[in-house]
Amino acid sequence: MSMLPAALEAFQGEWRERARAESRLLPQGKLSGPMPWVIAIMIGLTVVATASGLALRNTASIASVDVAGGVTVQIVHGAPRERDRQAQAALASVQSAPGVQSARLVPQAELDALVEPWLGTNAGDDINALPVPALIDVRLSDAADKAQLEALRARLKSPAPAARIDAQATWLAPVFEAIGGLQWLAGGLIALLAFATVATVLLASRNALGNHRSTIEIVHMLGGTDTQIARIFQRSMAVDAAAGGIGGLLLGLVAISLLGHQFAALGSGMMTSVGLGFSDWLVICCIPLAGVLLAVVTARLTVLSALRGML
Amino acid sequence: MNKPDDAEIVHFDNVGLRYGTGKEVLTDVSFTLFSGRFYFLTGASGAGKTSLLKLLYLAQRPSRGLIRMFGTDAITLPRERLPGFRRRLGVVFQDFRLVQHLSAYDNVALPLRVAGVPEKDIVRPVTDMLEWVGLGDRSHARPATLSGGEQQRVAIARAVIGRPDMLIADEPTGNVDPDMAEKLLRLFEALNRLGTTVVVATHDIHLIQKMPDSLIMRLDKGRLSDPTGALRYPPRNGAAISRAELPRV
Repeated sequence: MSMLPAALEAFQGEWRERARAESRLLPQGKLSGPMPWVIAIMIGLTVVATASGLALRNTASIASVDVAGGVTVQIVHGAPRERDRQAQAALASVQSAPGVQSARLVPQAELDALVEPWLGTNAGDDINALPVPALIDVRLSDAADKAQLEALRARLKSPAPAARIDAQATWLAPVFEAIGGLQWLAGGLIALLAFATVATVLLASRNALGNHRSTIEIVHMLGGTDTQIARIFQRSMAVDAAAGGIGGLLLGLVAISLLGHQFAALGSGMMTSVGLGFSDWLVICCIPLAGVLLAVVTARLTVLSALRGML
Repeated sequence: MNKPDDAEIVHFDNVGLRYGTGKEVLTDVSFTLFSGRFYFLTGASGAGKTSLLKLLYLAQRPSRGLIRMFGTDAITLPRERLPGFRRRLGVVFQDFRLVQHLSAYDNVALPLRVAGVPEKDIVRPVTDMLEWVGLGDRSHARPATLSGGEQQRVAIARAVIGRPDMLIADEPTGNVDPDMAEKLLRLFEALNRLGTTVVVATHDIHLIQKMPDSLIMRLDKGRLSDPTGALRYPPRNGAAISRAELPRV
């Protein structure tokens, strides 16, 4: 049993020694110049774009669950007494309707709070003089579909002819569409950033290859393989990408934190419900790793492709 | 001491070489090199010596003809097999081609590191080799701080450190004093006695005269001059003519 750790240690020692020896073949630290900074910016932007996309997805998901089974019944009548009568009748009818989980008449205080920003509630404001509709907030056990809405309309036609019935999801649909669009935008940004990272690494690798062409030719003449030379570039790029990735992640986290505080300060019900779960943070933390992998694979393929042109 | 044998190590058959669309720099070059022998390649400047050496150390593919090296067709050899062949060769370039960011020690150690020799097995031979070429105290110096002669000695040490099957040297004594030139020649001779085939391109007639058992190939305007027919394939009696058999160069 004690043989295995010893063999592993010997292998690690040999691997480290070989890596050190290979790294001496080309001057390290001068291969890619400003690469760590460029990768840090790319990763930072990717982190922000990913976090935004995930937060929007969570927002849409939470909001859609909230409104999926939500139906609003408005009793639109100019006479307050008739409006209240129809509201009570509609409430009773809706509560006994099949598929309805709960229904409540929105209290006047809540209605006043809703219209306050536009109509005000200061002394002297005669809010009762305005034909504000009575609202019944209905929760269905399933998502509100067209058939259920039609059944509710038919049910309320007689006890509350002034009732207007709307699925909450219907009037929030444009918001969801906008959120979906923003998610696509975030995805597009991530794809563009990945493309830009690949292009940057490709240019840096070609530049480094050009700068070290004479050394590479000598190493080739001495029997160095393409893989050996590619490994040197890969290693250098991995170090640069790891440094840039960590820097970019920190940069992105700071930006997310600032944006989070800004949105929280808005106080909007939808925005305050936005958050990133454990799996979201895991995805975000994997971005630098993906960046390193992308940079290393790009460097390897670029170098091998360029070396194939040499004898 | 190994005796030269008649095992073919390199065979050129009607080889021609042109760069781009220019005229041929090598024309109908045919010869065979045998294992364990010592060859000089002579010829005026521009005769094609360096081009011929490039073909020998697999830095160039010919425009036409056949090249067989170590029993394998070197022209159709896949790229991935080239490093294995190159590790069997030691090359001293005319312009040294030392790696400028590496010390003399690291330059000499380069072929061993490329071949994957463990670091512990590199230190002693490299140190000994540098001592032998008189650069023991300059092992940490970068090529830019070395004189032309010192750089040449580093290049030679790098070429022979891996005890190659064939040593190819392009004007290896061009930048060293006569004493060092003779010392380096003795190193090549010692390596040759150990079984390495040596091919030295040189203008230096005195150097050739110091190796009476060597074989001579002379290039003239891209053609291998062969007055005795010694280098024609198949060679007379299976071997090239010896230096002693040739008229004075």
